[in-house]
Amino acid sequence: MLLTFYILGTVSVLSALGVLVCRSPVYSAMSLVCSFFCLGGIYILMNVEFVAVIQILVYAGAILVLFLFVIMLLNIVPTGESVRFNLPVLIAFGIAVGLFAQISGLFLGDIQFGPKDVYTAEAISEEGSIGLIGRLLYGEFVLPFEAISILLLVAVIGAVIIGKRRLN
Amino acid sequence: MDMLDFFPSSILQAADTSWQTVTIAQRASSAFRDHDLSGTIGYLLLGLLFTAGLLTVLGLVLIYAERKLAGHFQCRLGPMRVGWHGILQSAADGLKLLLKEDIVPENADKLLHLGAPVLSLMATVLTLAILPLSPTLQVVDLNIGVIYVTAVTSLGVLAILIAGWSSNNKWSLLGAMRAGAQIISYELSATLSLLVMVLLSGSLQLSEIIQSQSDGWWIWKSHLVGVIAFVTFLISTTAELNRTPFDLPEGESELTGGFHTEYSGLRFAFFFLAEFVNMFVASALIVTLFFGGWMPFYIGGWDGFNSIMGLIPPGIWFAGKSAFFIFLLMWFRWTFPRLRIDQLMSLEWKILLPVGFINIFLAALIVLFEWHF
Amino acid sequence: MIPTTHVLILSAALFSIGVLGVMLRRNVIVIFMSIELMLNAVNLSFVGFAREMDSMTGVIFIFFIIVVAAAEAVVGLSIILSIYRNRQTLNVDEYNLLKW
Repeated sequence: MLLTFYILGTVSVLSALGVLVCRSPVYSAMSLVCSFFCLGGIYILMNVEFVAVIQILVYAGAILVLFLFVIMLLNIVPTGESVRFNLPVLIAFGIAVGLFAQISGLFLGDIQFGPKDVYTAEAISEEGSIGLIGRLLYGEFVLPFEAISILLLVAVIGAVIIGKRRLN
Repeated sequence: MDMLDFFPSSILQAADTSWQTVTIAQRASSAFRDHDLSGTIGYLLLGLLFTAGLLTVLGLVLIYAERKLAGHFQCRLGPMRVGWHGILQSAADGLKLLLKEDIVPENADKLLHLGAPVLSLMATVLTLAILPLSPTLQVVDLNIGVIYVTAVTSLGVLAILIAGWSSNNKWSLLGAMRAGAQIISYELSATLSLLVMVLLSGSLQLSEIIQSQSDGWWIWKSHLVGVIAFVTFLISTTAELNRTPFDLPEGESELTGGFHTEYSGLRFAFFFLAEFVNMFVASALIVTLFFGGWMPFYIGGWDGFNSIMGLIPPGIWFAGKSAFFIFLLMWFRWTFPRLRIDQLMSLEWKILLPVGFINIFLAALIVLFEWHF
Repeated sequence: MIPTTHVLILSAALFSIGVLGVMLRRNVIVIFMSIELMLNAVNLSFVGFAREMDSMTGVIFIFFIIVVAAAEAVVGLSIILSIYRNRQTLNVDEYNLLKW
């Protein structure tokens, strides 16, 4: 199981790098799909199957399709966007590596976790993870849930208005 | 609860509930627990072989059925030359596609052009593993079965878009865009109908959904809600399969074949096979959710009739029921004329989706007040 | 059992790659993809923390993040479409006017 995690993690990091390296946005998008798939696999290994399926359904099935639609609508030819190793690029690399070192140093150090909650693996499997998510979503988290649905509605209306060529 | 008295409960006969779902994956893991290595490997191989065999059989049978039915609907005989009544026709078709020259357009994106058919077939084969063909013929029984099917089949859109784009052909691109828009739109109402059945049966696990129908199929038990959900699901699944009357993505007369215009040989065969297997998956899902899966057809009080029905093994029941819905989908093709793109979109967004929302609300009421049988 | 620190380091790596993409690439669609990558890295760390602390809050928050990601993608891509209609370019360096 640990080996599977390492394989999936490596593939997801490599395909995430592929997003940056590929010239054509379509290849970047496919690379991103691959990365999302590996993350879905990792979620299954961590016993959150529902999140894994939602990850694939929403990201690969909806958001990435949207990206591909826009790329195809605009009929983008890969531009001659070349990365030269000048100063700004080196600074960007430095920032990214520094960020990674900072965060992972934080995690490798002595992390103090807060008090543990009641949802252990046994408790989750007893109630069923999907039922539990549903109960929490409509119980404890009902206010954020309603707020996020309004956000989604606003986004849909906003997208239609922006996307329209001319408003009368 | 007066409504319950209106329908005499004797029309619903409790089925034999002694059928326990034992999946191939469960057998493999129990063999693993008993340190029976050869048993574990054997069951894993059996799962693989079962999926591959199902794929092959479906390809052979459905292509033959489509051609033969098309023939008879048009008062022709259909394929007659290869074997008895053309029974080997699909094998001959497959052989022809294998031997054909594999043409890749010059300016096509080679890698993606190669990858799209594989992705398309993969998206369908992944769903075959969780279909409950009978209590013992199911490879894995996921606790998220219904969403898993929607998630995996939604990858087919990705394959279609990639196929259309990488062919570097305007017909392909237009067909792919149409297919993408159509599939994404109709996925909404299909998922809403699925959610109605999930609400009623209270589970996402396909085997549990079937077990919840042991005292009657959901199409009878849920009043009108199940019927509305069934009709919406049938319409939207036909649209998702890109079959007539919703076959605008390939519309021969306007797009010369849509997203697979530039595909030939084995790669075309992959798309073709994926389409037919998708048809089976859709019918199997309809059967599982609305028509009791592998449960036999029982009528309350008719004990002799029921005992005869109970003799037929569950696998045959499942195959028979899904064969009926596949026949229905093939029948549609020769009955309804193709829709225009604006009619297609207004059917989904102005009719099916509002109906779906109202329906899911009604289903919630029915579950809340326990109005269903 | 996967060690939580390894999950968190993987999420840190994905997040840094996303940051690098935003800084390095000039194609606005690829920049958007990098942002999606960063959101996913955050999701992964949420799952890791949720499992470590026996809590469901992290898992619930993933749904909110996914909704935000979807909303962001929809609005962002429609903005890109309308800018592209006027400027015929996807290079963010050439988006140098606030008003068209």
